[in-house]
This record gives sequence, structure tokens and C-alpha cells, in this order.
Amino acid sequence: MQTNKLSKVFLFGGIFTFLFLYIPLIVLILYSFNDSKINVGWVGFTLKWYKVLFADKEIIHAGVNSLLIAFTSSSISIVLGTLAGVALHRYKIPLLSGLVMVPVATPELLVGVSLLLFFLMINFTLGYTSIILAHTAFSISFVAVAVKSRMFGMDDSIIDAARDLGASPFKAFWLILIPTILPGVIAGGLMAFTLSVDDFVITFFTAGVGATTLPLAIYSMLKMGVTPEVNAASTVIILFTLCLASIATKLSPQIFK
Amino acid sequence: MTILEIKNVTKHFGGNLVVDNISIDIKKGEFFTLLGPSGCGKTTLLRMIAGLVAPDSGQILLDGVDITNLPPERRPLHTIFQSYALFPHMTVADNIAFPLKMAKWSKNKIEAQVNELLEDVQLSQFKDCYPHEISGGQKQRVAIARSLVDRPKLLLLDEPLSALDARLREHMHMELVKLQEETGVTFVYVTHDQHEALALSNRIAVLNHGTIEQLDKPDIIYSKPKTHFVADFLGKCNLLKAEVLATTNDAVKLRVADSIEFSIKDPASSSYQLGQIGWYSLRPEKLKLSSENNFNVTHLSVIKSKVNGYYYYGNGTLYELDLGNDTKLQVMAPNHTSDEVKFFVDNSEIYVAFDPEAGNFLDTGSC
Repeated sequence: MQTNKLSKVFLFGGIFTFLFLYIPLIVLILYSFNDSKINVGWVGFTLKWYKVLFADKEIIHAGVNSLLIAFTSSSISIVLGTLAGVALHRYKIPLLSGLVMVPVATPELLVGVSLLLFFLMINFTLGYTSIILAHTAFSISFVAVAVKSRMFGMDDSIIDAARDLGASPFKAFWLILIPTILPGVIAGGLMAFTLSVDDFVITFFTAGVGATTLPLAIYSMLKMGVTPEVNAASTVIILFTLCLASIATKLSPQIFK
Repeated sequence: MTILEIKNVTKHFGGNLVVDNISIDIKKGEFFTLLGPSGCGKTTLLRMIAGLVAPDSGQILLDGVDITNLPPERRPLHTIFQSYALFPHMTVADNIAFPLKMAKWSKNKIEAQVNELLEDVQLSQFKDCYPHEISGGQKQRVAIARSLVDRPKLLLLDEPLSALDARLREHMHMELVKLQEETGVTFVYVTHDQHEALALSNRIAVLNHGTIEQLDKPDIIYSKPKTHFVADFLGKCNLLKAEVLATTNDAVKLRVADSIEFSIKDPASSSYQLGQIGWYSLRPEKLKLSSENNFNVTHLSVIKSKVNGYYYYGNGTLYELDLGNDTKLQVMAPNHTSDEVKFFVDNSEIYVAFDPEAGNFLDTGSC
């Protein structure tokens, strides 16, 4: 009986949590189909805000920028973060494994300001390159942590076995280690990609004058009030994130073998 | 003919001396075992042969070629790891094909060879399974097939059976011996399990604190241990502190527990010194028990003692006898009749008899 009651508590708690998380998103998505210029009251179904969105050259331009930045920064951080994760697992240097978490835990505002000061100090012109560097800097931690935790449950002797069976150090790394930790690499990489796509604070500080990304563009639209076009843009981002998440979970079990 | 020569190999980890100037010659086609407790250096020695750990000093020669500085992938030998170390993202067939792919064999030759090995270890129907889909015993056989597929000169086995349950382990003992005889590949086997070592090996090196305590055939190691450690580590053994009282031609008179005196036989009796203190090792199963001194064989040494307790093991009963002066003696009495076992009761007087050649006198310096 006791466990029954407890499991009911968990069930309702779970349902409540999901409602709490998703009701605002559902409202936002619904209103992107609302045939009214203001987000108050349901008037009727329309797709016109999506037409407006896709005709808005500035938004599309910002979206493409965001994707390119996310792609570049997550690619770089996949490579560097994987190497860092492997090194952290293998050498077990006590201080470093704590330090790698610092960028994850530091308030974004601090990261943004410190990066801005750093770029100014070395006389680096702010723009897309500085955004990519900034995003790479915080993404590496996420990949490194994901790879390190994946390696934690791994049988270390498979690398020895690969060498023993005739593989050079590079082949042992490429043919044995990488496929084994791939789920961690993919998880970390997707996290890096999504974080880069929706980062506002750090991008805000490191973008400079000319460069713009989707979150920055949406923010500047908000200054003129929340129009259903913003809802439509947000809906597209949500769908995109959902797609990435489901690809990740679809891929993982097969790679896990 | 020697296939592997280990010459004065030494290894430190941090400040610890793990392998201390070890030299061993291993013969071609031999089943050689490195036996010792954990931390004795046996696995480190094996990893140095494999090339996974570099020795601080010394040389390792395989078939006359110095391989001390070769990386593991260029040594014509393979290792079977304790965890099997199968590649989790590859099928059974791909795992077995791995060394052949690394050696750049042609596709057709790889397929033929892998299929042959799969048949040898009776895993043909599992060739497309992944390691997590097969049992522990099957994983073991995949690891063996993978290590033998390119016919290495030497196979190193690092406690390969320790993850299996007792019944399967015994079955694998026979399989390993058969496999070793069929393939003719030299096996170097690491274990802390003395039964395994005795049952499988042609020769055993008993290791302790990075040095070889004794290197010999299993029966010699068991019946003629040279040091206190070897006597104590392999099987049950009584180690009685003994003093040399007198020596004659080929016999030595010893005294244990201050009052009990008996004679032992040793052709090297001249090497004993009067008053010398040492350990007399006696295996529990080499002793005979009787409630009366009626052993009708005259040459046996006989001790009078008292029963302190017993443990019933099924195939035998282990008695603990009190020799006085805090000295205990364990005796294994085989239960070889179909009658109900009649135990000797506690505190009853009892006579113990043994062949004067049954035990060994060990110098105290050897403990």
C-alpha cells in the first residue's frame, strides 16, 4: 500500500512537472496560428504569420547565421572536447576535471563580459569569428563532460587489446575508442549545437555591431511588442530542437551495441 | 627450445618495486604459469611481455629477437584479458577478423580464416551477434579465437577464467589444455588460483613481492616447496617451527613444540646445522591418523597428539590436532569407505604417522 501511494505521488508529480514545462510552449505554438495581430484571445486559424516569417529577409538571414555559427562552433568543440574528455579520463588529474565544469556553472553574464574584455584587450574585431570562438569556449566543456562520463563505464582494456592485436595508436583511437564513445560525442555535440543556436547573453556581448543571430534578431523584434511572427519563429526553433533530440535518441541505441 | 627469454627485468611504479630483476626462460609449446597473490607483479610482468608496459631495465627476447623496445602491435603475440576486452561495437565475426584486418589480409582470406576459427570454437551461429548478446563463456571463446586467428608465437592469458562461474571454469580448464595441445602455441598464463595453476601448467613460477620464489613442475612445487611462502600459498600446509637436534647419514632429528621429536629423511643431511631453527612443512593429506600406535609399517615417524576439532568436507575430514605449546597440526583424513564416517572425538588421544620423506625442512631465512 505504502509503495502504491508513493508511486501515485510520483505519477502526479511527473504529470504536473510536464504540464508546468510545456503549457507555456503549447500556448506559444497555438498563438502562432492565431489570426490576430495581438496575443490576446483566439480569433481564428491562419498560416499567415509563417508566410510573414519566411518573407522576412532579416529573420531568415539571422537564422542562417545562427545555424552556421552553431555548426562551426559545435564541430570545433566536438574535436577539442572529445580529446579533452579522453585525456581527463585517462590521466585523472584532480584539479582539471573540476575546472572543466567551471564554464558550465559560471553565469553567462560573467562569461560574456569576460570574453568581451578579452577580445578588446587583444584587439580582436568583434563579429562572427568572435561569436564562434565564444560559443566554442563554452561548448567544449559540455562535450568533454559527456565523453568523460561515457568513458567512465567503458572497459579500458579494449584499447590495450586493439594495440595487442596489431593496431597502431592512431588506429586504436579511430577504430576502437571513437566508435565506443560515439554516443557521448553525439550527445555532447548536439548539446553544444542547441546551446549555440539559442544562446543570447554571450552572443550579445561578443557580436559587435554588424553581426546578428536568431536570438538577437528576435530580441530586437520584441522591442516593438510580441507579434505572432515571434511566436512563429519560436515554433520553428522548438520543432528544430525536437528533431535534433529525437535524432539523438534514435541514433544512440544502435551505436550503443 | 626456448621461445621467450626474460632477462633481468625490473619495473618500478612510483616508488614501488613491482618486478625485481626477474629472469625466466619459457620453452616452445609450453603451458607456463605465473602464480602469485595480487600485487606480486605477475600481471605487470605479463604486460611487459605484451609491450603494454615498458620495463625499467632488462631485456625480453622472443624467438631470439629482442622485442624489449617494440610497440605491442609489432610483437607476434597476443593477450587474453581478464575482461575479454571484446570490441562492443563489432560483431563476433568482426572481432575475430580484427587482427587480420590490421595485418592487411585480403578479404577472401580473412573470411575463410574467420569461419574456420568460428567453427573451432563452435560459435558459427553467433557470428553476427554483438558481444552484449552472448554469454560469458561464449565471450571467452570469442576472445580466444580472436587471439589465435593469426597464429601468434605466444599467447598471454591474464586470469582469463576469473569472471566465469566455478562449473564453467572447470570445463574451460580442459578446453584450454586441449586447445594448447592442438595449436602448439606457447601459453603464458597468469593466475592467483593455485588449483588452476597446478591443473593446467607444464611449469609454474611462484611470484611474491616481484621475485620468483620457486620455478618448477607443478608436482615438485606442491610436494617440495622451497620456501615458507610457497608451502603456505599452495594448498593447505602445516608449517611447524622446528629445531635440528642431530644429523646422521641421511636422517635428521627434529624437535617441534619444545617436546615432540621425530626423524626425517634427507640425503642432504650434512647441510643441516645442530641447533638450527627452521620450518618443517607437512601437507595435511600426507598424514595418517589412528587412535592407537598400531601403524604396522616400521619406517614411519609417529607423533602422539590430542584432537582439537574437525571440519567435515565430504570427500575428507580435516582434523586439527594440538601438539602443545600453541602448535597446531592439520590432518586430512580421506573418507574413502562407504561406511558412515566415525569421527575422532575432541580431546581424545591420537597418533599421527607420516613418511620421513613427506615433508620439507625450510630455512627460516626463506620466510
